[in-house]
Amino acid sequence: MTDTKGQILGFVRDRYPQAEITESQDIFALGFVNSLFAMELVMFVEKTFGVTIPNDELRIDNFRTATSMSDLVTRLLAEPAVA
Amino acid sequence: MTVTGVAPPAAAPPVPAAVTARVTDRRSARAFVDTHVAPYADAYDRAGRVPEELLRRVAEAGLWAPFLPPEAGGAGMDWVTLGEVHEEVGRGCSSLRSLLTVHTMAAWTVQRWGSSEQRERWAPAFAAGERLGAFCLSEPGAGSDTSGITTTAAESGGGWVLNGVKKWTTGGQRADVFLVFARTAASIGAFLVPRDTPGVEVRPIDDMLGTRASMLAEISFTDVVLDKDALLGPSGFTAGMVLTGTLDLGRYSVAAGSVGIVQACLEASAAYAASREVGGTPLAKLPLIQAKLSDMVTDARAARLLLAEAGRLKDAGEASTIMATWVAKYFASTAAARHASEAVQIHGANGCGTDYPVARYYRDAKVMEIIEGSNEIQRMTIAGQADREKTG
Repeated sequence: MTDTKGQILGFVRDRYPQAEITESQDIFALGFVNSLFAMELVMFVEKTFGVTIPNDELRIDNFRTATSMSDLVTRLLAEPAVA
Repeated sequence: MTVTGVAPPAAAPPVPAAVTARVTDRRSARAFVDTHVAPYADAYDRAGRVPEELLRRVAEAGLWAPFLPPEAGGAGMDWVTLGEVHEEVGRGCSSLRSLLTVHTMAAWTVQRWGSSEQRERWAPAFAAGERLGAFCLSEPGAGSDTSGITTTAAESGGGWVLNGVKKWTTGGQRADVFLVFARTAASIGAFLVPRDTPGVEVRPIDDMLGTRASMLAEISFTDVVLDKDALLGPSGFTAGMVLTGTLDLGRYSVAAGSVGIVQACLEASAAYAASREVGGTPLAKLPLIQAKLSDMVTDARAARLLLAEAGRLKDAGEASTIMATWVAKYFASTAAARHASEAVQIHGANGCGTDYPVARYYRDAKVMEIIEGSNEIQRMTIAGQADREKTG
């Protein structure tokens, strides 16, 4: 597991310690994601990895799993985004 | 009980003097408020509005949106300092602080979620106070329960058509542009709606319990046609984040204003207790009064620290600022309501009249427990944090 995935998983597990979450698990399918958590998640990703997520990347498929979020971070770091 | 205060004519609230210095920190904010706001706040409260001249003074002081970056006309003020500034404004006049709150919410939303074109169009005008913003979420049938909003935005002809009614819109009587949250096919979207758009109707709401000079309104939107770029931020599943972030800043400002109310109660009560005597003894020497004053001192400091922590986390971009802001707003607003009640108690019958400001604090403080998420909603959210912190 990459460090990026590990940090994202750590954040999600910290928020929802009762849930058993893997890097490929769809967190939306677990039913606990709300707009508050979504905002916290975006802030965490932007702060931790030093990226700005543009509006057109705020798609559900980019946030379903730790793997998809890690891929998003990798892509944004490779190509600095413009909002 | 004898009431000796005489309200000024409702149509002519006093006009503050010209501004000579911009507000950059707590000290300059306090000076601005003591000169331009606090002496007139009771008159504004009775008149049910603040005068246009005060709004211009706020602009001259650079107070409308100092957190915007310099390239947008702001001062790049950090959130900790903004909290201190809003506390000082709240100490002087909760109605003006409320106007700053909703303008802050609109300006931040444009800056955070707007496209470069949207930012260029709106941010400089928001920073200069040339266009005032208001926040439209609550409806006749939905307040803190945002899932209950019924205002709709339907995609049509490459743009949007807005229909619905918003209520309790702070600053709605005066605002130039409304930040409207409406239900879309995918989620809840944020739309910028200029006041002069055909189909927008503003109906003043007067005689509120508190923040009586904040110029509330009910606003109806009937087949309001908007361009595609009226939508701020994403339109998909994360659209709710725009509302979450906007409300977070609203809570932060209300928390700051609530700290200001506690401080105002403390200052007024300490002065009254020092001068008023009972049987030859100043109230300030009586243990039961001292208990009230000591609690005001303690809670003002505690609430201020919670606010500062939430601001520090915002400045650092930490996700935990959202929960920290919930906690700060809950603590500060309940403290404000509690101490405003005690401030009236200390003043006795004088506290129920118009010779002292504490009756206004009492009425304003109650509002703080309701706006930007009622205290019941706050406690439900904070309880989620408790669940995360359980052992085992």
